[in-house]
Amino acid sequence: MSSPFCNFIRSTIGRKILMALTGLVLVLFVMGHMLGNLQIFLGAEVINAYAYQLHYELPTAALWGIRLFLLACVAVHIWAAVSLTLDNKRARPDSYAAEKPVQATYASRTMRISGVILLAFIIFHIAHYTARVVPGMQYEEPGVLSPTEVPLVKGGEMVLKDGQPVMTFNVNDMMVAGFQVWWVSAFYIIATGLLCMHLAHGVSSMFQTVGLRNKIWRKRLDLVALAYGWVVFIGFAVIPLAVLTGLLQMDPTGGLGEEVAAITETIQK
Amino acid sequence: MEKTMNLTLKVWRQKNAATDGQFVEYPLKDVSEDSSFLEMLDILNEELVEQGKEPVAFDHDCREGICGTCSMTINGTAHGPQRATTACQLHMRHFHDGQTITIEPWRAKPFPVMKDLIVDRTPFDRIMQAGGFITGRAGSAVEANAMPIPKGTADYAMDAAACIGCGACVAACPNASAMLFTAAKVAHMNSLPQGKPEKDRRALAMVTTMDGEGFGGCTNIGECEAVCPKEISLDMIAQLNRDYAAAQVKSFFKAV
Ligand code: HEM
Ligand code: FES
Repeated sequence: MSSPFCNFIRSTIGRKILMALTGLVLVLFVMGHMLGNLQIFLGAEVINAYAYQLHYELPTAALWGIRLFLLACVAVHIWAAVSLTLDNKRARPDSYAAEKPVQATYASRTMRISGVILLAFIIFHIAHYTARVVPGMQYEEPGVLSPTEVPLVKGGEMVLKDGQPVMTFNVNDMMVAGFQVWWVSAFYIIATGLLCMHLAHGVSSMFQTVGLRNKIWRKRLDLVALAYGWVVFIGFAVIPLAVLTGLLQMDPTGGLGEEVAAITETIQK
Repeated sequence: MEKTMNLTLKVWRQKNAATDGQFVEYPLKDVSEDSSFLEMLDILNEELVEQGKEPVAFDHDCREGICGTCSMTINGTAHGPQRATTACQLHMRHFHDGQTITIEPWRAKPFPVMKDLIVDRTPFDRIMQAGGFITGRAGSAVEANAMPIPKGTADYAMDAAACIGCGACVAACPNASAMLFTAAKVAHMNSLPQGKPEKDRRALAMVTTMDGEGFGGCTNIGECEAVCPKEISLDMIAQLNRDYAAAQVKSFFKAV
């Protein structure tokens, strides 16, 4: 147990570096995910085609590779967070009678709480939209929505294969249906708000952790981190808000419009 | 005319390392605003001795802000409210009449309270013994121009060397992390030509000892820098992180 790697991950700095590197992966993923989601505003057919691309045009091995890599990053991030937090609590068992921070930001002092709620959110989010196993919320449930499969549309035209339209999952309606449940939207907005806070400290902190920060860059990176946090928050929160205000609607045709929908129905019959 | 103030002092009293401590309140009258914080405690102690009571034990030596011996948390802030100032250099003019002042020892697992406000800071000595030195011959001082050092480097090393090892960084850190102290020592030695040859060994050994002594990890919140009487910068922690990571990478791939 005293190989250089073991020494590295046992040290406080080593674990913190793992937290920064996995944090960086998640930070970049979150931005990509947000940009992907925002395509819902371009129309049901766009977000559906995007989902089709991720699920069927990307090789399955690559999809699972990315998923497992991201999950591994979350796992390492949490492991480092928990083990360091335990060490830190052990190092400082007593607090001061007149305990008060001199300058530390609220975000920096609440990383563990924001992190734990984020974890709960990540689990719910995967169960809800990826695995689709949250009870009472099944997208396929009769009455909630009719056709779950809609034709794949690219460049305004149905994609045909052997003369038949290629069918794809109606992600647009799944998202809209999901966010029409008020508490799902509320949880989603709160969680992305906490993500904003987590990143307002984290995005600058990770540079310090890997040694790439100084007084001047600290000021700049703190601003970058705050801006990044807000962009991510707004980018994610506008979707449930748009659903709750009725701006985003379900579209059982998958963006094909009335007349093509009629054709779809005949095909489905 | 000299202004005076009446104060209530809420002081941590603890017999020894084996017993539990508690706060005891002492009223103190007519404290001059020109007296230093430690002089104010001297006045309290004289009163306590006159009353046949045990005086408050606190660490102090130079009383001019250079030795790093004084160590107390005043109203929740290590070394008190004045920035870049040790407790011994803090003056009572920063307090006001009628104020209650809470005085506590440094709180950190690796710094056990020995008596009242005195804590055991020998873990810092062991961090120094692990790498806070150069192994070169240290005979008489060499001729100053024998080894030219750029002004910027010399200034940086001097800023790091300003650390007086008082432990306020550990005291202020919610994780009782000794990163700012260790970083100052590493930055001081690792940036100078005399210390550079042992850069990697030093970073690894000092961090291993720091962790082994039971200090917590850094969460980059900056409370240490804010209370440091010598204004040691977080930049030095960034350097420690960098030097430590580089040393680790080199040790992964060292020739076998
Ligand atoms: C899954 C639950 C999560 C937990 C329990 C968690 C916990 C933590 C903790 C305790 C820290 C250290 C804070 C500090 O040292 O002050 C941290 C840092 C960080 N987290 Fe998370 N976090 C989680 C999710 C995330 C997510 C989803 C992202 C990105 C989208 C993220 C990005 C970061 C970044 C960039 C840092 C900064 C690393 C550093 O200080 O060097 N975290 N996290
Ligand atoms: S007594 Fe020497 S620094 Fe305060």
